[in-house]
Amino acid sequence: MRPGNLLLSGCLAVVMAGMATAATTTSALAQSEIKIGEINSYSALPSFTEPYRKGWQLAVEEVNAAGGINGKKLVVISKDDNGKPADAVTAANELVSSDGVVMISGTFFSNIGLAVSDFAKQKKVFFLAGEPLTDAVTMSKGNRYTFRLRPSNYMQAAMLADEAAKLPAKRWATVAPNYEYGQSAVAVFKELLSKKRPDIQWVGEQWPPQGKIDAGPVVQALAAVNPEAILNVEFGPDLVKFVREGNTRGLFKGKSVVSFLTGEPEYLDPLKDETPEGWIVTGYPWYDIKTADHDKFLKAYQAKFNDYPRLGSVVGYELIKSAAAILAKANSTETDKLIAAAEGIKLGSPFGEITFRKSDHQATLGAFVGKTAVKDGKGVMVDSAYRDGANFMPSEAEVEKVRPKD
Amino acid sequence: MSFYVVQFLTGLASAASLFLVASGLSIIFGVTRIVNFAHGAFYMLGAYLAFSLTERLSGTLGFWGGIVGAALIVALIGVVVEMVLLRRIYRSPELFQLLATFGLTLMVEDLVVLIWGPDDLLGRRAPGLRGAVDFFGQAVPTYDILLIVLGPVVLGALWLLFRRTRWGVLVRAATQDRDMVAALGVNQKWLFTSVFALGVFLAALGGALQIPRDAVNHTMDLRIIVDVFVVVVIGGLGSITGAFVAAVLVSELNAFGILIFPKISIILVFLVMAIVLIVRPWGLFGKPEAAARQTPGLSVRPWQPLSFNERLACVGALIVAAALPLLGSNYALIVGAEIAIFVIFAASLHFLMSVGGLASFGHAAYFGLGTYGVAFLAKFLGFPMIACLLLGPVLGLLGAMLFGWFAVQLSGVYFAMLTLAFAQIVWSIAFQWVEVTGGDNGILGVWPAAFVATPARFYWLALFVTAVSVTLLRVLVFSPFGYALRATRDSGLRSEAIGLNSKRIQWTAFVIAGTFAGISGALFAYLKGSVFPDNAGIALSVDSLVMVLLGGVETVSGAVIGAIVYKALSIWLVSYTDLSKLVLGGFIVLIVVAFPKGIVGTFGSLVDNGRLPFFKRALPGASQAEGAE
Repeated sequence: MRPGNLLLSGCLAVVMAGMATAATTTSALAQSEIKIGEINSYSALPSFTEPYRKGWQLAVEEVNAAGGINGKKLVVISKDDNGKPADAVTAANELVSSDGVVMISGTFFSNIGLAVSDFAKQKKVFFLAGEPLTDAVTMSKGNRYTFRLRPSNYMQAAMLADEAAKLPAKRWATVAPNYEYGQSAVAVFKELLSKKRPDIQWVGEQWPPQGKIDAGPVVQALAAVNPEAILNVEFGPDLVKFVREGNTRGLFKGKSVVSFLTGEPEYLDPLKDETPEGWIVTGYPWYDIKTADHDKFLKAYQAKFNDYPRLGSVVGYELIKSAAAILAKANSTETDKLIAAAEGIKLGSPFGEITFRKSDHQATLGAFVGKTAVKDGKGVMVDSAYRDGANFMPSEAEVEKVRPKD
Repeated sequence: MSFYVVQFLTGLASAASLFLVASGLSIIFGVTRIVNFAHGAFYMLGAYLAFSLTERLSGTLGFWGGIVGAALIVALIGVVVEMVLLRRIYRSPELFQLLATFGLTLMVEDLVVLIWGPDDLLGRRAPGLRGAVDFFGQAVPTYDILLIVLGPVVLGALWLLFRRTRWGVLVRAATQDRDMVAALGVNQKWLFTSVFALGVFLAALGGALQIPRDAVNHTMDLRIIVDVFVVVVIGGLGSITGAFVAAVLVSELNAFGILIFPKISIILVFLVMAIVLIVRPWGLFGKPEAAARQTPGLSVRPWQPLSFNERLACVGALIVAAALPLLGSNYALIVGAEIAIFVIFAASLHFLMSVGGLASFGHAAYFGLGTYGVAFLAKFLGFPMIACLLLGPVLGLLGAMLFGWFAVQLSGVYFAMLTLAFAQIVWSIAFQWVEVTGGDNGILGVWPAAFVATPARFYWLALFVTAVSVTLLRVLVFSPFGYALRATRDSGLRSEAIGLNSKRIQWTAFVIAGTFAGISGALFAYLKGSVFPDNAGIALSVDSLVMVLLGGVETVSGAVIGAIVYKALSIWLVSYTDLSKLVLGGFIVLIVVAFPKGIVGTFGSLVDNGRLPFFKRALPGASQAEGAE
């Protein structure tokens, strides 16, 4: 065989294998099933979506082991959105018109969450958003068909601003990725912190493009304005580059740092022994949560996958648990009944009981706030405490003001 | 003061990383004329392999051995790719190699996740180069100092290689005139392979050297590839010194730019490129391209309008397509509408590329402008859908008029890169002007009016617009304007000599293509119900190129088939497998090898060579078109 033919057969094998997996995923219709659709950025963002998928798979297994939804088997049909809003809408169309799902769930990126929520509004389909953090999903662009599980940008900013207000620092600088998530995180944090501490000065800001931070000059530019504290919204590979340059150049020495999401294993674990110490972060210290609810989840997860959960695992798990609870309560698959059932529904979660608030369809799921530290060459969160989302949500009056009337 | 010195040094360190990768790309392009889209993939592979090697080897020697070893292994992979894949398609139409390397890139992105897992990986720090030295109270990382020194060292080594060795002489000769080098009896095969290996080695070395500063992850390739292209073009294609100067220029402007405009990074390199290309059309150190010996349309069979039977067949195909609502599900209709929209989009680029000989790398700009045109009219002015569909594309037209005027002053890859710069400018305006465009949260709620709200009706609308658009574009090809445009493509000098105003003709073609792209964008906005900046993004521009190349750039309407195949395949794969990029990339590589002139192009050649007698038609001299100009 010539090498060329070898390459060709290799490609052919890959193609065939892909088709084979495609064929097996389409399962037959059955009357005794309830199907829900799930969309996420599987190929674009595997570091989040792999544990996330494991989370929802565990939930599906548990729901069905407990008798399904009022006797019917729960089936999740999962689609990749390629990280693009337009592709997510195609996937949503397929789920609704071809697969006959009773609701859509999932999504990660804010713009994809918004595109799908607008699709849900147009097609009158129930949409349970998992991860997208932008406040717009439940506030300025909220609609009656869309619910969200994770604590919004506003809620995380409020949790961090509480802690930041206790710091003596007066001169603050910010660094955030230059897109909606970064922009709104910084804006809300600034507003909330300045309200609590009118004496604070905002002395500098840096907006590297998401995924393309040129960390050296950014770190230098931050150091040049001589802040006493820094707000960081970078995450993923950008965070790693920022932290490495910051450590080498001594940026964090003697400064307080408050940081969004950094305590989540997805973003903290890659930092290993270079994890900066003493940052105030939101996150998920799975090794440090001693509640019965979480123990049960942790044991089941570790038993099934022989791996520890990331925050994505909890989001995926609780997403499907919420969907199942809503379906069971509604005892129907009609959209209006699902909405009625979801508004104000209470259910358990690995973090304790949560509620989907009626006014803005936001869940009260909270987050852990703590400090980063290095233990055995790994980044961990210490002194962490759970902040119940219910205490950090925008007030009903604010919701009333911003959210469009249905 | 010391701050500015240190900021300058930091910029130099960034420049060194960029230069290593860019120099490799520049060398490869200069000699082989391959637009190596996979250069970023090799860079990423270098980083991943260096990560694995340095985790296993210990000590200073182990670390540097791992870095260089990784680059060598990737260079070997490059050699295999060149010999097995690229050698087969050097004689294919221009830019066809872009398709092959694009397919490879897709495959590598999924493969690294399969091999190394989805998590971001933290590479080791270089032994002895962990810290920083103090410079008047400012910290300068020692690793940065190494990179700052390395940049000029590599530049010097390349200079010596090219000036002082026989191989270097051959490379320079081939960069200047590769046909002449071939005519003089140089073994081009091995020259190309060795050049490709060196270029890939430099890319992989650039990637491997990032592991002490970066997180190794599966998006590294796309993060760097565009910037590297830009650097190469700013410097002037094939000029190593140019690449170095451009890397320093871009990095320093960024390092100091963010002090004044913290949001400048997102667009800076493209602004610099646009300005440089407008002022110096061949980059800073580039030379005007020598007049090509071969016409771009060298292997093109003379185009003919469709015969009566073929027209009948097209009408038949259209009737079958229009009958889809009787058979298909709603989902099939929605996908059908999307494919139809992309047929217009691909056909508009195809018109520019195949008839005008102008390959645009930023065609999504006009598609995106079309979507925003519709969104503005519908949301801000409350126009009804018909008015939006008619007026929305005007934004695409205006954009094409403005940018096209600058772009057609250039040719070849410089033209392509200037269109890319303009597309990025459009994208960043959509991205940054949050008050008007909603930023990356987009504009929601652009849904079709009630009379076309059902999938079947919207599908018919899309199909109708597509049929009209493709027909119009074909009519244009065989109109006097079309002949004039082909003349400017085939020989600028001769067409000028017979009194054609080639710049004006090309500009008109650019505006036509932009307008049709705007039309497809307008329909797209209504199909999706929302408008986002990535409607003007690089990924979409690349998609349109892939569709055209897949169909066959030397055909009249190959893009129609290319768009249908590519779009249907990618929608289907994304829906049914998580490894869609791997499978799609594999498919593209297969198609590249099986259809070296694109699907329609290869089919056409078979017809002309009498292999498919059923389609045989009287085409005088059709197979003798391979003559010199």
